[in-house]
Amino acid sequence: MKTIVLDAKNLTKLYNHTKVVDSINLQIEEGEIFGFLGPNGAGKTTTILMALGLTEPTSGEINVFGYNSTREPLKVKKITSYLPENVGYYEDLTAQENLKYITRLNGIPGKKADAKIEEVLKNVGLQDVAQVEVGKYSKGMKQRLGMAAVLVKEPKLAILDEPTTGIDPKGVEEILELIVKMSREQNITVLLSSHLLYQVQKICTKIGIISQGRIVAQGTIEEIGKSLLKEEKEDLLEVKVANKLTPALEESIKQIEGVMGVEKKSPDHSLEEIYIKYFREG
Amino acid sequence: MSGLKVVFWKELADYLGSRKFLILFTIILVSAISIVYILSQNIGEYLSEISKEYVFLNFFTISLGALPSFIFFVSFFGPLIGIIFGFDAINSERSKGTMSTVLSQPIYRDALINGKFLAGLATISIMLISIILIILGLELGVLGIVPNLEEISRIIVFFIASVIYIGFWMSMGILFSIIFRQTTTSALVSLMMWIFFAFFILMISNVIADQVTPLNQNSTLEMIAKNENIKSMIMHISPVVLFQEITIALLNPSARVFGISALIKANDLLPTPLPLSQSLMVIWPQFVGLLALMLICFAVSYIVFMRQEIRAT
Repeated sequence: MKTIVLDAKNLTKLYNHTKVVDSINLQIEEGEIFGFLGPNGAGKTTTILMALGLTEPTSGEINVFGYNSTREPLKVKKITSYLPENVGYYEDLTAQENLKYITRLNGIPGKKADAKIEEVLKNVGLQDVAQVEVGKYSKGMKQRLGMAAVLVKEPKLAILDEPTTGIDPKGVEEILELIVKMSREQNITVLLSSHLLYQVQKICTKIGIISQGRIVAQGTIEEIGKSLLKEEKEDLLEVKVANKLTPALEESIKQIEGVMGVEKKSPDHSLEEIYIKYFREG
Repeated sequence: MSGLKVVFWKELADYLGSRKFLILFTIILVSAISIVYILSQNIGEYLSEISKEYVFLNFFTISLGALPSFIFFVSFFGPLIGIIFGFDAINSERSKGTMSTVLSQPIYRDALINGKFLAGLATISIMLISIILIILGLELGVLGIVPNLEEISRIIVFFIASVIYIGFWMSMGILFSIIFRQTTTSALVSLMMWIFFAFFILMISNVIADQVTPLNQNSTLEMIAKNENIKSMIMHISPVVLFQEITIALLNPSARVFGISALIKANDLLPTPLPLSQSLMVIWPQFVGLLALMLICFAVSYIVFMRQEIRAT
């Protein structure tokens, strides 16, 4: 039995008598990369803010590592890193100074902090621009600085709210790699809120889907897929042919026992594949 | 507490290094130096005007023709300084997205607003102390006399009053920066409040007093006094008026009454200077009023900030 990192029980939040979050029950186990999915305004950010104790729930409770987020927010925030949506930094300070401020707020002693800052800046690939003012950073660099800020306080839980919005595919790829890396190497549990399904599918071990304040599905993608889409899908096999597909060949494949049908497809390349290949290697 | 300390030092460094601080500091410094310079060059002409007991204090109060006095600069620029330090304290953090980053660190929420407020007060204090010291130093060099203990203590109390005065405008700016999401809105509203308290309150108090007790040629002295009383009651809402009276009593030791009674009794009073304790008695209500205004402004900002939702959108 793994430890439960984040545990929400009947969590409800009302804004002006509308239920933004409606009796949510949510469990995240240690080491998971949990994808928190849902359309804009479904209540993802509100749930996250309640987890950090930045907003008080109307009823129900939420615990992080056994600490109640509403009553012991400092203990929760000590071990939890939060990367907000539209994160911003002090633009007239350098990346190094911004991170220094965060380590100070966390009470990390000076020497240890300096070493840690250097390490995380290297991890996110910003070591060469550490002394440049953040105002001169591109959006992708800022987001990577955000990841550095998440890592610098050595959290046990990282809550990332839309970490990949507004950055280019290469940047997205790098951020996702970082998330997987920190989850594997430092055993940080990750709560990733997003509405970009492709990315979530790529890295998340479990997902929870929220819609209009309610959790409508929770579990691994396979589990949810099975229960939701009910009927078992038939297996698909891709066969590559040497030259052109002749009618005779097609016919002979059809003859094989158990084959339901043959379909011809033109080879398709996704734009993303091309883009990433171009900028990675070129 | 550690969170408060970290925010305080960071904000203090920001304020002291900011361009707005340097510009304001230069303006006040240049004006202060020029006042001292002109006064010391022409001291002979003003010998009749200045009080012989407190030569040093004259440098703060005397205005020379076109050049206004130093206390005028403080009462005029003080609000601007306070507003400039306060108007974007919270809403700029909100719009830049830095607030959720800071508040998701293990600090209490009030550490942010307390740290900003205290850092603002510290910046104002540093600014005023250095300017007062520069003026005193120049005077010492030019005149070659040493201020007496009475003068030094009066200047210290004047300094405290100025910090509270500018602190009021800063906490008002902070309050608007919490209420309004746009920095331009909070800046404009703050400036409007300043113009209202500095200029319009005069007209409004006149209009209201004349409505309540209309004066004509046959008005008795009592009626005039009542009219003046209403006027001064309304005027005393304004921190500008409160501060002006405080500075007059502090830096001009012979001042002992304000308002209409000052005009009526002026001839009956001995023009001897009061000791500091007596001057303080004269302006104690104004002093407490000014302090209360600042604290109320800050308390309201504190409460509104603590109850506000964090999310930027």
